[in-house]
Amino acid sequence: MNYKMMGRFISQILFIEAFFMIPALCISMGYGEGHAVRAFAITIAITAAISVALYLLCKGAPSAFQAREGLVCVSVSWIVLSLLGCLPFYISREIPSYVDAFFEIVSGFTTTGASIVPAVEELSHGILYWRSFSHWVGGMGVLVFLLAFTGQKGQGFTMHLLRAESPGPNVGKLVPKMRKTAGILYLLYIGLTVLDIIFLLLGDMPLFEAVCHAFGTAGTGGFGVKNDSLASYSPYLQNVTTVFMILFGVNFSCYYLLLLKQFKSVFKDEELRTYFGIIFVSIVLICLNIRHLYPTLEETIRHAAFQVGSIITTTGYATTDFDLWPAFSKTLILLLMVCGASAGSTGGGIKVARVLLIFKSLTRNIRQVISPRKVELVRNNGHVVDQKILDNTNAYLAAYVIIIFSVFLIISLDGFSIGTNFSAVLCTFNNIGPGFEAVGPTCNFSAYSPLSKLVLSWAMLAGRLEIFPMLVLFSHNTWKRR
Amino acid sequence: MNIIIAGDGKVGSALARQLSSEGYDITVIDTNLRVLEDSSERYDVFTVQGNCASMDTLLEAGVRDADLLIAATNADEVNLLCCAIAHGINPKLHTIARIRNPEYDEQIFQMRDIFGLSMSINPERRAAREIERLIKLPGFLRREVFAKGRTEIVELKIDKTSKLLNAKLMELHAIIKCRVLICAVLRDGKAMVPNSGLFTFQEGDRVFVTAPTKNLSLLLKNLNIITRRVRSVLICGAGNVCYYLASSLLKSGMSVKIVERSEARCNEIKTLLPEAEVILGDAADPELLESENLRNYDALVTLTGEDELNMIVSLYAENAGLPLVITKLGKASNRNILDTLNLGSVVCPKDLVVSNIVRYVRAMQNQTGAAVSVHSIADGQVEAMEFVVDKNNKHCDIPLKNLKPKPNVLIASITHGAWTEIPNGDSMFHKGDSVVVVVTRGDTQVRQLNDIFE
Repeated sequence: MNYKMMGRFISQILFIEAFFMIPALCISMGYGEGHAVRAFAITIAITAAISVALYLLCKGAPSAFQAREGLVCVSVSWIVLSLLGCLPFYISREIPSYVDAFFEIVSGFTTTGASIVPAVEELSHGILYWRSFSHWVGGMGVLVFLLAFTGQKGQGFTMHLLRAESPGPNVGKLVPKMRKTAGILYLLYIGLTVLDIIFLLLGDMPLFEAVCHAFGTAGTGGFGVKNDSLASYSPYLQNVTTVFMILFGVNFSCYYLLLLKQFKSVFKDEELRTYFGIIFVSIVLICLNIRHLYPTLEETIRHAAFQVGSIITTTGYATTDFDLWPAFSKTLILLLMVCGASAGSTGGGIKVARVLLIFKSLTRNIRQVISPRKVELVRNNGHVVDQKILDNTNAYLAAYVIIIFSVFLIISLDGFSIGTNFSAVLCTFNNIGPGFEAVGPTCNFSAYSPLSKLVLSWAMLAGRLEIFPMLVLFSHNTWKRR
Repeated sequence: MNIIIAGDGKVGSALARQLSSEGYDITVIDTNLRVLEDSSERYDVFTVQGNCASMDTLLEAGVRDADLLIAATNADEVNLLCCAIAHGINPKLHTIARIRNPEYDEQIFQMRDIFGLSMSINPERRAAREIERLIKLPGFLRREVFAKGRTEIVELKIDKTSKLLNAKLMELHAIIKCRVLICAVLRDGKAMVPNSGLFTFQEGDRVFVTAPTKNLSLLLKNLNIITRRVRSVLICGAGNVCYYLASSLLKSGMSVKIVERSEARCNEIKTLLPEAEVILGDAADPELLESENLRNYDALVTLTGEDELNMIVSLYAENAGLPLVITKLGKASNRNILDTLNLGSVVCPKDLVVSNIVRYVRAMQNQTGAAVSVHSIADGQVEAMEFVVDKNNKHCDIPLKNLKPKPNVLIASITHGAWTEIPNGDSMFHKGDSVVVVVTRGDTQVRQLNDIFE
């Protein structure tokens, strides 16, 4: 293990975090929120001090960096980021318990949006901004930001970082240089976010709320600034948010190809087609199922589309309490939670690309069972998919199921109903936010015990970082010298 | 600059490593997904799986926006096709193809026109030429040529019998009796530039000396390294390198004996080279070598396809006391480890090809005022760069003692026309001169001749 190199990396990440808190500090100052100003100032000082100390300690690190270091570096960075990122909540006493504050910021960075705050409107502006901003930076990834905007000398190991933070079965670069790739991703991300803010402002949303909501939408997070999420906003604002949530659930390389005017390859992309297909079919089915609940067809479609977009992209905003919907619609929502958004987007879940691969390899295996000598290959966009990628996808699915059941078992100690617990696990692990029953859109996670909150925080991190970086921390092979 | 490398083998991955570390945008094409994965995890490169001679693959690799294509797959025909197709898609593209087949090599000038090649490179022939230069002037481990062959940087090893052993730098001139410059010393794997007259040479040092080419034989003579010319060479292994080497050695009148294991290849080489003596047998067998009077040869060159075999035969020959032993190694290995063995000079075709292509890329990148050629010496820790003084030079006609060079820079030689001088305080640059500068890897980047002064 190259601890020195990791230390240097984490020092840089913490420096960026301290830098990111400055806008929040300014906002607190602007609104004259003394306790929040103090909290941010102290946190920035602590974070910067640790960053400098680590930098000095890890001077002259050898640059050897393997897969193992890459994975551990990602997970440790995210944990440290959250440990320090929650300090503003804790120091300002707006979230009095440290475990709660940790849960809240992990939920922010992992773009989950599961909250333990009962009344969001009581939080100060600086804290609300920091909560939403954590979605934005967590959505595309802090390490990707580091790769894009700092002078990381181009070496291959950066692939390990991109792979861990950028979701999907087959992560690749857009252009030869990692720094440029990361830069393009962030520019697309910033561009779409600004567009979202403009559209929200056009619908007369106040600037502060527009920025916070755009951050939540861009990162597919789900923290709002109102207790009822987006229910009290105008239909226009809800529709804008629906469209942008769905857009942020698209693989970002599609946008890059659009910029390169390669419309054909985008249009023919199987994952994109499947993603929109699932959204369309789900909206139609839910509309049919809930048509008696709302007075007009427009409202029915608006709520169905919003909830479907919110859940499949793992955002977790809500315009209505879908816990009151009929069982069929709720089950469909549950399935969408598992499915998740496209690979290479800011969303969570298993990812449409993996679902496609799993279905394709399943049908191949069935055909081979029927006639064992038949040669069958799995194809994606016309290219044959390497068996190694299929194996990785299957391993991912296995790990996914095992983690869901383990976490499910641990949090059931708290004595909530099976439905509550199961949806709590699904919506934290898939980075969604609200679940059903006691953790539904109108409720929150504050009732769980500290142990459950920590376990759920771990599940959120595992879901955001594609499971394996969080699992290798527990493997003794990782920490072995040889 | 966008560079596409077709073929991710030994040469391809070494190129990807070197060029990506120099900050170019590299795309690597190969049919094998495993080697591509290795490359993308080790170096900052983009990878495309597919046949590099197919148009779809080339377009996917971005051939339209590329500046240079290097075709280094193991098949000459694929390399040629790849370059021809890529050139058809993007006529501005520079293309470099690796061509190894001797039959194609003979018609390379015509093929360059037909296939639109900017450069073709034959690793075996380059290796043969390198070995030939070492044989022509035995005593040096390596020779790097500058200023159209008028200046060289040569590598010497200080061994127990060397006249330079325990000598101080200030005594150098008294021993060698001609003006040369020590530009770097490699000791225990670390390069240093001796800058005080009290610097003492130790056993095992590898010394890099700049000298005008015409002084080299004097240098050798005064160091007592070698006294007579090589007249007879024993070559083990009759591959392509052997063919190129033997034919040019025979042309210059040396006697050549070739030991080869395969009967078919023996017949082939005898057909091609009627004057060479060809022996059917295994070079690994010491008795065979002895019965062929190994000890009476001036030089032994091991060129079989197996690195291990080459090393063992070379060790045996060094032990037998041959004056000159040259070992060819296919895989570039850690030079520090090789230095602990008595292998004589080591020649690695892959390294030669890579440094040749890197030189081409750098020349492409810097059209004006930049290095004409760049050679890595001392295990790549020191770079020797050649510049031509042009009208943009700010330091023309000023004696060097009035200028202050950067700390990691050493001016090794100045060539005015046909005359090379080792610079002193009164030397100065004139327009049109070739200047060789030695730069230790450090904080300061040298891109132009103007960069070397503070």
